Amino acid sequence: MKADKLLAGILLVLGLLVIIRASSGDMGMVYTRAVSTPSDAPPELRWTKYEAATPIESNEPGVAVSWPRTLGLWIAALLTLAIFSFLLGDNVLYKLAEALFVGVSAGYAMVAGIYDGIVSKLLSKLAPGLIRDSLIPGIPETVEPDWLYVIPLILSGMLLWRLSPKGGWISRWPIALFIGTTAGYRMVTYFEADFVGQIQNTIVPLLVFAADGSFDGVQSIKNILMVTGVLSTLTYFFFSVEHVGIVHRVSRLGIWFLMITFGVGFGMTVMGRIALLAARLEFLFDDWLWLIDPLNRRS
Amino acid sequence: MQFLTNGQLDRRWIFLGMLLAIASPILLQVTFPEKPSPKTIDVFNAIDQLSESSRVVIACDFDPASAGELEPMISAIVRHCALKRHRMIFLTLWLPGAPVIKSNIRMLVDEFPDYRSGIDYVDLGYQPGAEVVLKVLTSNFKKQCSSDTSGRNTADLPITAPLTTIQQVDLIVSVSTGFPGTTEWVQYVGSPHKVKMVGGTTAVSAPSLYAYIPRQLISVLGGIKGAAEYERKIMDHYPQLEANQSAREGIRRMGPQFMGHMLVVTLIVLGNILFFVEKRKGTDR
Repeated sequence: MKADKLLAGILLVLGLLVIIRASSGDMGMVYTRAVSTPSDAPPELRWTKYEAATPIESNEPGVAVSWPRTLGLWIAALLTLAIFSFLLGDNVLYKLAEALFVGVSAGYAMVAGIYDGIVSKLLSKLAPGLIRDSLIPGIPETVEPDWLYVIPLILSGMLLWRLSPKGGWISRWPIALFIGTTAGYRMVTYFEADFVGQIQNTIVPLLVFAADGSFDGVQSIKNILMVTGVLSTLTYFFFSVEHVGIVHRVSRLGIWFLMITFGVGFGMTVMGRIALLAARLEFLFDDWLWLIDPLNRRS
Repeated sequence: MQFLTNGQLDRRWIFLGMLLAIASPILLQVTFPEKPSPKTIDVFNAIDQLSESSRVVIACDFDPASAGELEPMISAIVRHCALKRHRMIFLTLWLPGAPVIKSNIRMLVDEFPDYRSGIDYVDLGYQPGAEVVLKVLTSNFKKQCSSDTSGRNTADLPITAPLTTIQQVDLIVSVSTGFPGTTEWVQYVGSPHKVKMVGGTTAVSAPSLYAYIPRQLISVLGGIKGAAEYERKIMDHYPQLEANQSAREGIRRMGPQFMGHMLVVTLIVLGNILFFVEKRKGTDR
């Protein structure tokens, strides 16, 4: 209970510090520079582009506070804190941030999927003239409709049949085709690049000599370790022979190799997670709170 | 003060400890010297030894969730390619990868204003279809990438006009975090077509890619450590980057790494000591 109070006190003090700092106007502002572009075009064909500017440039002409971007920065910072709040326990702020993330991600995926997938890869082949005039001006005048793309269009329609209350079985045909094709693709490449390729990578000389004939001890140890690791780990997973005697001892060695691999994996995972946390804290301290200035944007 | 509840440490103290361990080096701007490892040097050499104006495909197959680790890495690679005057072809197999490309192109144009779109670099954006995209790129480049993100025909752009298949590029740099990513690039392009490839990946994914080195993949940058080493390496070779604080993002993040790891190691050691003390107490009783 005392620990709860202490943690709550720490959070309260941090919150008060943020409010005091925000009220002074020395944090969380985003500046932009208005640029008329293209500069060589007549005035009626120009538009204004707002490029990111730094606070140190705030007195320059055309540079001003961008309130929409400032609001975006504050939302990003508060949502980061809302996600962090899960560490204290599940709560409404975390749920709100999570729901927003899911919703925004789904919306973004849908819009980008329509443009980059359906328009760019399907409609531009079926109706190049229409797409050239409306969305992708770079499609050459000479391009004719490719009617082969009617097949994926029909298959896409069949896939959507899944949403219909009747005839859901129709969607199974494109799914079957998709699974069959993917399995075929993957089998060939996996066999070539992973199965055969990995066996080839393991066939290495145990005693390595350099081009000048001298013995390369370090590389020899590396190769011996790799081959020993592969063979002993494979022995551990070989269950057609009872693990007794020499097989038992080799498979025990395989377990050691596996444990070391898991340890490396854990260490790498810790490194990755710390890097992500550091990036978020840098964002909070630099972009939002202006406590640090590693890029010299404010001084 | 009560730290232990029923013999267990309240994990919120660990969270607070980790927050302090990570935040203090960021606030104090603590950095440590980096020494590039052989794997980092191999990636550097693969890019540095290409002749000027080589075509390099840069695949940004990750989303903002991994940007903390991979953004410094890809920025360093783009800077290195620009310093070597390579031509860069950006694409992504990940939908959220498109903004990552945009931000790197913004950085490229800011720091290297003479780089021209369509001539020195091109943004092919998001390519939907995962491994099928890679399969098509190896048979008909322009069928898969008929236009760039500005809607320009790739057959009209000097950087992509001569390409009929992706095998004609000089190097593929795949920076990825999962599926589809570097593994698929190796399986569908690098390994079967003998295209030179280097990778960059999150620390979690790095061990699974080491198996492809060196025959199928020249080398891999693993996580933020790989990014920091790479930044150090290009700064050693191109001292003009020393003054560029943006080029030190990975190096800056190694301070929190050190403190975070020290905390984790301390907690593991303490946990083990307590375990054996408790065990001994139990035996004594």
